[in-house]
Amino acid sequence: LFSGAARRVGASRRKRRNPAKMPAVSKGDGMRGLAVFISDIRNCKSKEAEIKRINKELANIRSKFKGDKALDGYSKKKYVCKLLFIFLLGHDIDFGHMEAVNLLSSNKYTEKQIGYLFISVLVNSNSELIRLINNAIKNDLSSRNPTFMCLALHCIANVGSREMAEAFAGEIPRILVAGDTMDSVKQSAALCLLRLYKASPDLVLMGEWTSRVVHLLNDQHMGVVTAAISLITCLSQKNPDEFKTCVSLAVSRLSRIVSSASTDLQDYTYYFVPAPWLSCKLLRLLQCYPPPEDGAVKGRLVECLETILNKAQEPPKSKKVQHSNAKNAILFEAISLIIHYDSEPNLLVRACNQLGQFLQHRETNLRYLALESMCTLASSEFSHEAVKTHIETVINALKTERDVSVRQRAADLLYAMCDRSNAKQIVAEMLSYLETADYSIREEMVLKVAILAEKYAVDYSWYVDTILNLIRIAGDYVSEEVWYRVIQIVINRDDVQGYAAKTVFEALQAPACHENMVKVGGYILGEFGNLIAGDPRSSPLVQFNLLHSKFHLCSVPTRALLLSAYIKFINLFPETKATIQEVLRSDSQIRNSDVELQQRAVEYLKLSSIASTDVLATVLEEMPPFPERESSILAKLKKKKGPGVVPVSELEDGKREGGELNGGGDRGPDSSTPSPSADLLGLRSAAPVSAAAPSAGSLLVDVFSESGAGGPAAAVNDDGFLRFVCKNNGVLFENQLLQIGIKSEYRQNLGRMYLFYGNKTSVQFASFSTTVSYPGELQSHILTPLPPVEPLVEGGAQVQQVLNIECITDFSEAPQLNIKFRYGGALQNITLKLPVTINKFFQPTEMAATDFFQRWKQLSQPQQEAQKIFKANHGMDTEVLKAKLLGLGTALLENVDPNPENYVCAGVVQTKSQQVGVLLRLEPNAQAQMYRLTLRSSKDTVSKRLCDLLAEQF
Amino acid sequence: MIGGLFIYNHKGEVLISRVYRDDIGYVQWEGSIRSSSSYLSPPSPPRRNAVDAFRVNVIHARQQVRSPVTNIARTSFFHVKRSNIWLAAVTKQNVNAAMVFEFLYKMCDVMSAYFGKISEENIKNNFVLIYELLDEILDFGYPQNSETGALKTFITQQGIKGQTKEEQSQITSQVTGQIGWRREGIKYRRNELFLDVLESVNLLMSPQGQVLSAHVSGRVVMKSYLSGMPECKFGMNDKIVIDKAGKGGTTDEAVKSGKQSIAIDDCTFHQCVRLSKFDSERSISFIPPDGEYELMRYRTTKDIILPFRVIPLVREVGRTKLEVKVVIKSNFKPSLLAQKIEVRIPTPLNTSGVQVICMKGKAKYKASENAIVWKIKRMAGMKESQISAEIELLPTNDKKKWARPPISMNFEVPFAPSGLKVRYLKVFESKLNYSDHDVIKWVRYIGRSGIYETRC
Repeated sequence: LFSGAARRVGASRRKRRNPAKMPAVSKGDGMRGLAVFISDIRNCKSKEAEIKRINKELANIRSKFKGDKALDGYSKKKYVCKLLFIFLLGHDIDFGHMEAVNLLSSNKYTEKQIGYLFISVLVNSNSELIRLINNAIKNDLSSRNPTFMCLALHCIANVGSREMAEAFAGEIPRILVAGDTMDSVKQSAALCLLRLYKASPDLVLMGEWTSRVVHLLNDQHMGVVTAAISLITCLSQKNPDEFKTCVSLAVSRLSRIVSSASTDLQDYTYYFVPAPWLSCKLLRLLQCYPPPEDGAVKGRLVECLETILNKAQEPPKSKKVQHSNAKNAILFEAISLIIHYDSEPNLLVRACNQLGQFLQHRETNLRYLALESMCTLASSEFSHEAVKTHIETVINALKTERDVSVRQRAADLLYAMCDRSNAKQIVAEMLSYLETADYSIREEMVLKVAILAEKYAVDYSWYVDTILNLIRIAGDYVSEEVWYRVIQIVINRDDVQGYAAKTVFEALQAPACHENMVKVGGYILGEFGNLIAGDPRSSPLVQFNLLHSKFHLCSVPTRALLLSAYIKFINLFPETKATIQEVLRSDSQIRNSDVELQQRAVEYLKLSSIASTDVLATVLEEMPPFPERESSILAKLKKKKGPGVVPVSELEDGKREGGELNGGGDRGPDSSTPSPSADLLGLRSAAPVSAAAPSAGSLLVDVFSESGAGGPAAAVNDDGFLRFVCKNNGVLFENQLLQIGIKSEYRQNLGRMYLFYGNKTSVQFASFSTTVSYPGELQSHILTPLPPVEPLVEGGAQVQQVLNIECITDFSEAPQLNIKFRYGGALQNITLKLPVTINKFFQPTEMAATDFFQRWKQLSQPQQEAQKIFKANHGMDTEVLKAKLLGLGTALLENVDPNPENYVCAGVVQTKSQQVGVLLRLEPNAQAQMYRLTLRSSKDTVSKRLCDLLAEQF
Repeated sequence: MIGGLFIYNHKGEVLISRVYRDDIGYVQWEGSIRSSSSYLSPPSPPRRNAVDAFRVNVIHARQQVRSPVTNIARTSFFHVKRSNIWLAAVTKQNVNAAMVFEFLYKMCDVMSAYFGKISEENIKNNFVLIYELLDEILDFGYPQNSETGALKTFITQQGIKGQTKEEQSQITSQVTGQIGWRREGIKYRRNELFLDVLESVNLLMSPQGQVLSAHVSGRVVMKSYLSGMPECKFGMNDKIVIDKAGKGGTTDEAVKSGKQSIAIDDCTFHQCVRLSKFDSERSISFIPPDGEYELMRYRTTKDIILPFRVIPLVREVGRTKLEVKVVIKSNFKPSLLAQKIEVRIPTPLNTSGVQVICMKGKAKYKASENAIVWKIKRMAGMKESQISAEIELLPTNDKKKWARPPISMNFEVPFAPSGLKVRYLKVFESKLNYSDHDVIKWVRYIGRSGIYETRC
């Protein structure tokens, strides 16, 4: 049509729009006027000339459209075509839409086609014409003329707007499954529906059509199956259960294709490979589901997969690249399915061997894909060993590949296949590669080396050597976490301290060493310099001079660290005191323009001159061991790579060794799923803190705070939870990112809780969601339906959520609130106990002394009473105690107990099923600072729970 | 200073490329800067030539580039366009943009003095000459003597007959001497002198006839065929000069010239004018170059005589019809004749048909320009003429209102709209024996329209 117009607008766009089966345009139908116009434009010498020509043409078309005599279909089509061409050249078109719509009702194919073309390119969805267009489309859909139906479907798919979906989402499934629909129309309908579903999923409801759509997999026509399978894959990702039946159908279809000879599927054989696209799509569909449970189906599928693997071994039927591409596409898809199932050791090993062959293939793309797939294979326990056999090839790839992306994959694979047996080799290789590695992957490589060295360290001297090497080779890329970790490990292990000090001392003697090295050196020598001081070559003064020679080359944080190291030296080696005091006293320290450095210099100087040796020794004592926990480096790597790529090496041995070394490495067998475990998250929420507090001087403390912030969520919240026993409003939780406030009110067995989530940062939280979970059988005792919250919380904004609570029976555990959101890419996960306790459902009961004691005696069975004697946690102030008891929800009964010091209360716990009367007696003993708390109620669990709760309050 | 000069045709192909300084040789192209913004990427980012940068970012830019100065990767491109030819001066330094443009215009003048119209064909045919000229008029990026007359003495289009050493040294001393624009020993049988006052008048008027802005930019162009080294003195009705004379006591002259003294806002002179004399006495005295040159340029904004008045009347009749009536009135002495009058009445973008009726001249709807063009060959002063048109419109989807661009006009009148008058031009030549009276002098005034628009 515009055969030459591709020069300016790109051919692909138009090609896609042309319906698959377009009747040949007869020669006489070619529009001469259009051709002349286009060639005129081509011949224009300048932009101005082109614009003039277009203006002239537009005026001509306007006068034609305005003209009194009606235009015939041919000229209408011609002018609409010209308008379209002008539009595609980049000019605005604001008329001619009506004429295009008129073309839709034409009976000629070419006219209709141009009409649809114009509409799908030019008509926007809010046009008034949309009603007319929809009408025309409706007519065509019901016309039973396959080409017209196809045109209409293509138009719907090309526009794909919400309005289109609203108008036709109900109609198209009917066309798709109707028995009398032509195959070509079915294909179009399936793809059209897919497009609408992707654009507005809420409008496309399959409902009763589901099973019939699934049965399209059985269709005779391969084209229909190919189109339908795209639709089914997309639909089943949203609601897998509804489309479960497709698995068996897909398997049988696949086995038919796989087992067919290349001549069976004539039209669908591509370079001797039967239906490669369909096979790939089938395999991909199967990856949406777990392995089939039905033994027969599974057997058949395994057979298929085996056949595919077998075929890969056969000599190629053609030398053409298309043949091998098609074959390998199926093979790789099959391998991903095998990996996805992760249950067939035999297949996994075979897949691995197949990939091993590809590792040495000529084609770079194949090598890349093989490395990538192998990375996932390495995580499977069945194939891990098989993957390990290729270590030499992979190392070779890392060294010799020309393409950086392939090298990156090779590095990933090395990391994934690493375990205790080959750690030394792999780490050594990675270290040597690091010297020449591309800048873009250096940081990641450094992290990987650091992690592997730590995880598989057998002896710590090797670990220390490796990390120091790492800092030497790629100091710029060594992040804070890496050297923090070295120090943590050195401090925690007595056996390496001496060796570390010696190695660091030697490393520092290099004329130029990286700042990170100075940091490690300063810290370690400050702590353990005494261990090597015996050697005259590393006498205290030599050590100090070595460190101080680096001082002036370092940045402020490092200098601060070095100053701390100096003061530690004074403690370790009194003989250096004079020298160091001299240094501290110099103007460049004590009058440093940096506040932190100045403060340190002044304080250390004073400390060293005033304090006695005993005091010094106490203040500057060796650092206590760090609490064992999971490596923060691992967390960093995960953050860097995102949850998609999981460090796969945490196999069982990783668990074992990690536990021994890191304390926190037990990530459980489900470690291959991307959901990060809880302790990791605690770490992550702590990570921004240390980053956000760059008061660089506090480096020494930083190492602590990093470790101290280990598990904030649970601990903090337990505290918060107890605070809420006697009050209803307040701040439940707060960390650096989020503040959660609570306001609640209770009446009888019902309660309402307002939760306020405040974003304390200036960055928005994405995919914010909250859920309530019930530990144990709590759900049967209490109901808390949770309305959804807005998924985005802007920086500084507050979101409110209302929680309605109904108490069904009494309960002891508290429901848990789980909050998930993304902050700057990292997933944050916070679990809190909601302060819903049984006492919230108290109704106060006023009663006289006689009534009280009468009931007290009635509840005299031993299981009805709960008693606790405990030490007072807070002061024994009468008013405070009274306020707390009232806050509890009971009635405080005055003048009941003969002893005025004692407090008695009465109340009824209201639940849906029953009411439980509760009597309480609190006897303070001011001398001993002790309380005795007695509770009696008609239900033993209630008295016990209340007793536990209250004991913490006083 | 100018780092290089390129001449492109309309397709962006380079016709002439002359680089004076190395710093512009390679310009990092915008695209490549974006891709290599990360310091981690390897150190050899793709580099593009400055020549390509200009073509990609200006000539072939997706959106038309309106600014004559474009900055690409810290390199400035100054361009002017002559028909389909782009001239671009490139520099990496912070140069005086006015100087660069002055040079580019001068360059255009020089080229058209050598081979006529600046077109792709002429440039291709004369590329050797152009390189020769570029070598002469720009030296390491500093503009040199660009006086056509002087250039023509040593850059010729014909072969040069073996010049004697003396002649060569004469050229050198002349070019580098104090009066570089005139050589000695010129002789004419008839001493003749032509003086043109060329003005273009610019106007923007509201529909009610209120002047929103108006100014005249004028040039005094001379063609002198005088023998020897004459000293000339040019006098005009400059307000300052006349007022000074008036104060001197002789009100006579002031009365004679009537109110006609004009206030010149600013002016620039040819290099031959002695500026010191102008500053002290406000008299314009000079030794003229031989042949044609532009003596001065000036601009006035006060008391402008507007030769034509346009009175538009636009009426929208419903959604599909528009009636336009335009009256033009000439506003000068009835004895004078204006020529080449053209009125351009814009039509809406959805015009589907036009009917025009006019008494005088010819009017036509030009669809390619979206305007009605009304042409009148001649029109005397104090006359009036009118056109009326009916425009049919096509209803469109857009609710956008028509922007109503202004009606513009072109004309040529035989007087200076600024009111400038040449009072005298005296020629003194002491060595040769001819006096002021022997010189034949011709004076001509031409007033043209610049941007002469009336809103409707």
